[in-house]
Amino acid sequence: MPVAHPASHLLRAKDLADARYRHPLDVKALAVAARLSPAHFSREFRREFGESPHQYLLNRRLERAAALLRMTDRSVADICLTVGLRSVGSFTTSFGRMFGMTPTQYRAAHPPALTRVYVPTCVLMGWAPRPDTARLEKTEAQDLASVASG
Amino acid sequence: MLKQLTNAQVWVHDQDEALDFYTEKLGLELREDVTVPELGNFRWLSVGVPGQPDVAITLMAIPGPPVFDAETQAAIRTLVAKGVASGLFFATDDVHGTYEELKSRGVEFSQEPTEQPYGVDAGFRDPSGNQMRVAQRS
Repeated sequence: MPVAHPASHLLRAKDLADARYRHPLDVKALAVAARLSPAHFSREFRREFGESPHQYLLNRRLERAAALLRMTDRSVADICLTVGLRSVGSFTTSFGRMFGMTPTQYRAAHPPALTRVYVPTCVLMGWAPRPDTARLEKTEAQDLASVASG
Repeated sequence: MLKQLTNAQVWVHDQDEALDFYTEKLGLELREDVTVPELGNFRWLSVGVPGQPDVAITLMAIPGPPVFDAETQAAIRTLVAKGVASGLFFATDDVHGTYEELKSRGVEFSQEPTEQPYGVDAGFRDPSGNQMRVAQRS
């Protein structure tokens, strides 16, 4: 029976972080996926991928949070929870370390989400507010009457 | 010349329910979520397959008047519920594993993994009734 390359277990943990970062997931759970003890796992992961599993998971969450700040109008607290973090305070601190500003400042530094998302013309046309039809028809009738009488 | 497919759209009965299904059960990621007050609180909501950033699935609510008249809205709702309105096709490297994984998360399958000339594929539905397929090509 072929023996799996040691890195394949680490890759399984990395895949888990990529796929399930939205959920409560910690280094211990990642170590279980890699079938290694947490301490050994952290060392091996860092050696293989150049950063600790904790930092990898945090980066994944912060990158997603940054995308959601740019591409949605959701609140900072909501985005924090959406990417699997539980504390808005810790989120703000970690975000600041990575991006050099608070999540709110980051959002303000980018164009509003509405100008970035792809809302196609057919939607803009279809969903555009309509004038009051009854009043419009009345006005048109008055205009026609005034033209006729003029 | 057309360059790229960027978005596919599916009609959904409830955007929150759909978002929960596509992210929590299918494992897709939220891409865009913007509500536009000037357009009667129209909500542009899209999700995508992690690792495939250039294609998104737009989860579109079925609008009523003034966009569609009530009869049209009801007709679309019915067609979606019957599973004949639209569909999405996904690819996987392990259709049996994906089948078990999604099923364990409560995804309703209409067809178990089945051998076909092109590989193995399975069918499931989203909560609105849209037909989805996942295939492992040989």
